[in-house]
Amino acid sequence: MTVIILLFLPLLGALATLLFKGGTAKNVALLFAVAEFAIALVFLSKFIPDATSQFGVNWAWIERYGIHFKAGIDGISMVLVLLTTLLIPIIILSTFKHDYKNPNAFYALVLFMQAGLLLVFTALDGFLFYVGWEAALIPIYFICTLWGGGDRVRINLKFFIYTFAGSLFMLLGIIYLYTQNPARTFDLHDFYALHLSAHQQSFIFWAFFLAFAIKMPVFPFHTWQPDTYTEAPSAGTMLLSGIMLKMGIYGVIRWLIPISPLGFSQWGPTAIVLAVIGIVYASLIAFNQKDGKRLIAYSSIAHVGLIAAGIFAWDIQGIQGAMIQMLNHGINVVGLFFIMDIISRRLNTRDIDALGGIAKVAPKFAIAFLIIVLGTVALPLTNGFIGEFLLLYGVYQYDIFLSAVAGLTIILGAVYMLRMYKKVMHGEGNALTALFTDITGYERVVLGIICALILIIGVYPQCILHLSEASVRDLIEQVNHKKLISVK
Amino acid sequence: MNTLIIISVLPIIILYLGLYKAKKALLPVTIIGLLTALGFACAQWGNEPAPTFSGMLQFNNFSIAFSALTIVSTILILLLSKDYFERISDHVAEYYAVILFSLAGVIVMLSYHNLTMLFIGIEIMSVSLYILAGIKKNDFASNEAALKYFLMGAFSTGFLLFGIALIYGASGSFDLTDIRNWILMNPRHIDPLFYTGILLMIVGLCFKIGAAPFHFWTPDVYEGSPTLITAFMSTVVKTAGIAAFLRLFSTCFNPISSFWVPTLLIITMLTLFIGNITALYQQSFKRMLAFSSISHAGYLLFAIVALNSSSANAVLTYATAYSIASIIAFGVLILVRQQAGTDNFTAFDGLAKKNPFLAFTLTVAMLSLAGIPLTAGFIGKFFMFSGALSQYQVALVIIAVINAIISIYYYFRVIVAMYFNAAEPAEVAVPPYYTFVLGFSALATIVIGVYPVLVSGLI
Repeated sequence: MTVIILLFLPLLGALATLLFKGGTAKNVALLFAVAEFAIALVFLSKFIPDATSQFGVNWAWIERYGIHFKAGIDGISMVLVLLTTLLIPIIILSTFKHDYKNPNAFYALVLFMQAGLLLVFTALDGFLFYVGWEAALIPIYFICTLWGGGDRVRINLKFFIYTFAGSLFMLLGIIYLYTQNPARTFDLHDFYALHLSAHQQSFIFWAFFLAFAIKMPVFPFHTWQPDTYTEAPSAGTMLLSGIMLKMGIYGVIRWLIPISPLGFSQWGPTAIVLAVIGIVYASLIAFNQKDGKRLIAYSSIAHVGLIAAGIFAWDIQGIQGAMIQMLNHGINVVGLFFIMDIISRRLNTRDIDALGGIAKVAPKFAIAFLIIVLGTVALPLTNGFIGEFLLLYGVYQYDIFLSAVAGLTIILGAVYMLRMYKKVMHGEGNALTALFTDITGYERVVLGIICALILIIGVYPQCILHLSEASVRDLIEQVNHKKLISVK
Repeated sequence: MNTLIIISVLPIIILYLGLYKAKKALLPVTIIGLLTALGFACAQWGNEPAPTFSGMLQFNNFSIAFSALTIVSTILILLLSKDYFERISDHVAEYYAVILFSLAGVIVMLSYHNLTMLFIGIEIMSVSLYILAGIKKNDFASNEAALKYFLMGAFSTGFLLFGIALIYGASGSFDLTDIRNWILMNPRHIDPLFYTGILLMIVGLCFKIGAAPFHFWTPDVYEGSPTLITAFMSTVVKTAGIAAFLRLFSTCFNPISSFWVPTLLIITMLTLFIGNITALYQQSFKRMLAFSSISHAGYLLFAIVALNSSSANAVLTYATAYSIASIIAFGVLILVRQQAGTDNFTAFDGLAKKNPFLAFTLTVAMLSLAGIPLTAGFIGKFFMFSGALSQYQVALVIIAVINAIISIYYYFRVIVAMYFNAAEPAEVAVPPYYTFVLGFSALATIVIGVYPVLVSGLI
């Protein structure tokens, strides 16, 4: 049983979905997404949580250039595979009330994107990683532009050019590593073993960092993000924020730092400061947002900033915090965007000031919303708590001052999220919000799953943490070892 | 060799068919003839024979691979020409014949082993092209294109011939191996005349592939010529030009690369920027393709700037990707123009609703030209960048990356127009030949993108 099944099932699903016109397309897509999740669970049950790469596949692809179709799952990949396979069915289910034009194309693109994302999270070959990286970008561009709203053409072209620019520099870095590699392969482990000068490593650092920083996004490379999130269809926003931005974070852990430890020693402090600036900057802007979706978009920049800071601190707490927080952020942000989607679909507005008193007319909705908000603001016993705690602990070990500033996210986040909750759900209702009906059917299923996950991970985070621990320790060990050697 | 003979005899047969008014037989006979030529070319695969005809031509794997590519491209273009030439004029047989004569010149350019044959090949090809550019006798733009192309072409051939003469004067031979041996024997006493000769030959060849600053003819000629002729020029002719260029420099001038690499480096950078930045400002799709073809000449020149053992392979992959994507682009343009009556981007508005198949194939072509993974174009760019980086041309690759980013904007403009702009509903009819050519090319683009060994493993 190899990772191939995991990578090709979504592609098969995409082709199958294309064949079904009209309403059945979404059911077919959901079927494939659930099957994919089931397979991921089988992998999980067979997974041994140590540092090795499992379920591997290694095919010669372009022999002349040493390109292999090499992929495998270790602890770090496992968490992200779980994230992807878990969120895609939830996202598909969340769109069931939408009447998209050409639903078969829409759902086929979602499944195609899933294949690209899984490829990114499992690839162990530089070329393959790049192919997955772009294969995830093309579908989301079309999803956002074809089914989005507002000034979507201009906004998404900006998004595409921005991210494509970043990834081309990454490609440059990958090819550069290949030319420096005496074994003439794109194999990740050969890349790890390279001995490059500090100067070369700085070059590699920036080539990769640009791609990852744009994807996450880290301040000041975030300017594409709020517009794109706001104008995308809600499923597109969920894909972008829930899964896609994790590609950048994963890339830093798996590719950037282990390949160029010296570049990281030199430029890591710059990166961590940028990440912390982004946290405060995005939080402050989130305060002033009237549009709920935009508010969540900015809060997402803040949360991702904290994850990035934790990684660049590069200690076991920081990275383990990042691992679990990637999963949590995915779950929570999908929940939040779904909440906004429900509101805007029923009341045709996302303006926070125009809302109020929904809790009275829709108590179940209010409870679900509250749990998700609490998860986002990292209340103990919700999933966000353990993640942010570990991340802050990691940053604290790196620098006390930075951790104090980064800790503002928790306070600021609590302020703007709870303020939004209060304005939307409590206070005086008006003629518009009186029309709000409580959640029904599939909406209950989606929100129920999300709330359950928030609480389960909040109470027992070890179930996720133990998956990645051995791999993370091994990676840190390797980087420290490599740094030591080059110091000598 | 049989390939060359068949392709030379074929147009004469076609002319006779035209004489006896056998219009229906023209296309089938041409296609069958070309397929036979292709078969003979492939049968010689792997032989690596010594130069034939007193050392004039050498049909090695390099020639066969590129011949196959140009013949297939020509077949695809001719399939698109069903009913196309009939609308322009009554003398259909002549078009087929002239295109085939031009292809014969191309085959000579791909297999020369002597500089005189290079010159003769280029002339056979170019003279045919001058006629083809002006084939719409009563159309002002077509006449302008032909005249411009002829005047500029004659100039550049002059440069080329002058260069060949100087090289002959210095080295005493036209033969590629002899010239190479002469360089190797006298590494320290190379005459300035020889260097001047190389520079003049670069000028002549850069003109043929449309590299800056010798590109000024491209936009007007491409725009004024009938669209299928433009397709032929930008695919087959460009491929032949770059292959001839590569053959000359990799077999002959390789030992003194430190002399000509800086020159070509500047030409490559200029070509990339001029092609891409000018393409940004075009309103006409056809003119955009003309400028983008200039920038693709720049990417193709990478292989010569960073000459190494994989250069031929990289050029073959890139030229294949570029040719099939261009054929799709021009094919769709012909159909869209018939319906909308204009070459502008606005003609593509809402094409996805009018005809999803056309929109899909054109999207694949644009993604391939832009170099997005899982299409052939990406593999081509990837090989070019790898080759350049392995020769430590980091600055060149960074400039190329910047240009690739710029090019996204104008390639996506078409995609945006097709999918996101509203238009009045209208039918775009797609003849069956077009369905085949466009479908085949789109499929080939994706297959090569996923499994490039099909092309890249050849030479």
